[in-house]
Amino acid sequence: MGKLFAVVVTIITVVSTAIFIAHTWWLPPDISAHGPAIDRQLSETMISSGVLFVLSQLALALFAWRFGDRKDGRRVKPFPGGATPMVVFAAVLVGAEILTLTLVGAKVWAGVFQTPSDPNSLQIDVQAEQFAFYFRYAGPDGRFGATHPELINEASENFFGLDPARDTSARDDIVVPTLTIPLNRPIALTLRAKDVNHAFYVPELRIQQDFVPGLTIPLHFTATQTGRYEIVCTQLCGLGHYNMRAYIEVLPQAQFDQWLKDKAAQQ
Amino acid sequence: MTHATVAGAHGHAPPQGFLRKHVFSLDHKVIGKQYLDLALVAVCTGMVLSWLMRFHLAWPETPIPGLAKLSPNGAAGGVITPEYYLSLMTMHGTIMVFFVLTTAPFAGFGNYFLPIQVGAEDMAFPRINMMSFWVTLVAFLVLISAFVVGDGPPLSGWTAYAPLSAVGKDAGPGQGVGQTLWAVSITLFCVAQLLGALNFVTTTLDLRTKGMSLARMPYSTWAWFITSVIGLIAFAVLMPACILLILDRVAGTSFFIPAGLVISDRLQPHAGGSPLLWQHLFWFFGHPEVYIAILPGFGIISHILPVFARKPLLGPRVLIACLIAIAFLSYTVWGHHMFLSGMNPFSATLFSVPTLVITIPATIVTLLWIGTIYGARLRFTTPALFCLGFVSVFVSGGISGFFLAQPSIDTYLHGTYFVVGHFHFVMGVAAMFGIFAATYFWAPKMFGRMMNETLGKWHFWLTFIGVYCVFMPMHYLGLAGNVRRYSAFTDDYLKPLIPLHRFITIAALCTGAAQLIFLFNLIRSRFRGPQAPDNPWEATSLEWSTTSPPPFDNFGGRPPVVERGPNEYGIASGARGMDYAMQAAAAPVSAR
Repeated sequence: MGKLFAVVVTIITVVSTAIFIAHTWWLPPDISAHGPAIDRQLSETMISSGVLFVLSQLALALFAWRFGDRKDGRRVKPFPGGATPMVVFAAVLVGAEILTLTLVGAKVWAGVFQTPSDPNSLQIDVQAEQFAFYFRYAGPDGRFGATHPELINEASENFFGLDPARDTSARDDIVVPTLTIPLNRPIALTLRAKDVNHAFYVPELRIQQDFVPGLTIPLHFTATQTGRYEIVCTQLCGLGHYNMRAYIEVLPQAQFDQWLKDKAAQQ
Repeated sequence: MTHATVAGAHGHAPPQGFLRKHVFSLDHKVIGKQYLDLALVAVCTGMVLSWLMRFHLAWPETPIPGLAKLSPNGAAGGVITPEYYLSLMTMHGTIMVFFVLTTAPFAGFGNYFLPIQVGAEDMAFPRINMMSFWVTLVAFLVLISAFVVGDGPPLSGWTAYAPLSAVGKDAGPGQGVGQTLWAVSITLFCVAQLLGALNFVTTTLDLRTKGMSLARMPYSTWAWFITSVIGLIAFAVLMPACILLILDRVAGTSFFIPAGLVISDRLQPHAGGSPLLWQHLFWFFGHPEVYIAILPGFGIISHILPVFARKPLLGPRVLIACLIAIAFLSYTVWGHHMFLSGMNPFSATLFSVPTLVITIPATIVTLLWIGTIYGARLRFTTPALFCLGFVSVFVSGGISGFFLAQPSIDTYLHGTYFVVGHFHFVMGVAAMFGIFAATYFWAPKMFGRMMNETLGKWHFWLTFIGVYCVFMPMHYLGLAGNVRRYSAFTDDYLKPLIPLHRFITIAALCTGAAQLIFLFNLIRSRFRGPQAPDNPWEATSLEWSTTSPPPFDNFGGRPPVVERGPNEYGIASGARGMDYAMQAAAAPVSAR
């Protein structure tokens, strides 16, 4: 029975590890400026914790194989050196790993979430609601109109609650259901929620952030690949949660400028 | 402080009537079994809910026979609607976390064995003990009633994030009466757990028999004791949080709801609340709750493994120190659930450090178990197999914690199936393996009958391989960015992952079917199994010094006197050539 256990645990360990190593299911290619650091951190964690995983499982398997009761009256053997050396070894090994991961990881995290956005960023306002995202650009005047929750109206497509009648800066605001951004230019989003919690997640951008009602949350990134990618909601927001998505369209700068000009003309 | 006698503890005489004996009993053993029976009903319910979810994820269009009758609104024509899927998920999580993972290993086995293991006749407060159980039962019934009353069960997940959970029926189906019932149920559950924890702490500190110093307590007792202390603080925070949630829902307050929310085209009449306040309160409870679920498992494994290794546990004092360290650290890590919640990003780094540090005691405990097996003479009984399986799944689940503990990686993996795989392994499956080990190990004591070993081993192998087939692929899904809590995968990048979901579903249905072997074995052995001797496993702790099942006052009016710790295995000096020495080796006191 011990041998069977050892074999099963070994097979499980080898198969699961092989699938991780083969990248059978893996992250989509990164399209962000900050992504490579996150991917590196993930790979380093994968290697160091993978070693711990394989060693612990194999030790368990080996001991189960070796130390079954053979009813031969053999005496049990204590673990060499007792608990103390093992405790010290584990504390030092795991401690060192934690320290490394924290020092490197904190820098990666700070680079994304604790650094202010580039002053030259393109500012875009994002409103999340059950079950859609809307994106707002400041328009030619470069200023966003104020938002008024009581004016929010789905039927008249006033998703942000703008007041163009009285608020001049709101008149040229561009509101669209797709996040269109220029390549290689820093983007600064301001996230607002209309009703409940939502989240902004683009796997290719290696970025995720909750929308919280009552808070305006900044988020910034730079896309380094053109293309069309999905933005999905990852915070449970109600019955249509699974279906809440938008697209992010990364365009070369010239193409983006043209798009923005066309949109402004339509206002 | 130990007491020379516990004769005064059993403040009640053996009951005579059927009701007093089996239903409204004050006997901790009956109450323990009642908790376990409740957990059994709950786990069957929770598992059926997970089958429905898994089936729907794999074949969203295929009707499930009979479901339309059970839920005409949620599954018209047998096909689960998106909102009903979320309700099933919410109820699955709530039932499993509260009514299974807290109720069985802690309240159930703890109630039955903690008093016996310290040599007491009963809990310190038998009446409060009975009340704890009945309040728990009411809490369960209130929760389940959400399936039949109002506009359906709640759908905001077991974490009930506000404002979705707080604004009422505008937020969608199930967010009316169903969500209120959820909050009432959890409030009641907290009351029951607080009373129960108080009882555990007092019993451990005050009712230990002569010679049972703290250092001689079995590790399972230590774990229950430490778990109670965690519970006292954790449930004391969740209870007021739930009360505030109820007030937001029914009394028009705004603890968790800010101003200016427009839901279902209606400007909500609230202002001044904070959704993050709910998250902080919930996770201040929620993370310690993970340890409330798993620490009894730690204790059970540490208690059972030496019995079948025929070898003392490696580093018992280190184990206790690690359990205490984990308990302490468990209060400092809740923010790791909120890295991306919109709280100050600086605090993410701060919360990440203790989260990673907690892996040190957890790793040490795991190594103590593996070190205990080294040089052992392992007897591969069913409980022993579940102990070994526990170590394996706990390692697998613990390792993925390294990823999620780091905010920079959580940026990608948060809200994906990677998290689902992680917590199911580390607190779901591991805790269940602890419950299975405990059931096979203690059933002879509780029912006076042995469970069938052949069926037990089949159960182990199918479950062990099954859980790996179910939960390991979830890590791959998470790496591919598969979002959790989706009732269907309609996104372009998720569609290619559906075949892997089908594999998981088939594995889950098979693993679930394997649990019928356990259920059959449990019920059959309870009535038909071979008579159990007093100490079938040759174990040392006090529960094995009394009859199987124990008499009403546990030791037949002769409280044991303890002369040594619980760890005396693999010794040459045991009486009658035995390789172990029982804690109460000498004859009971009154026979001297």
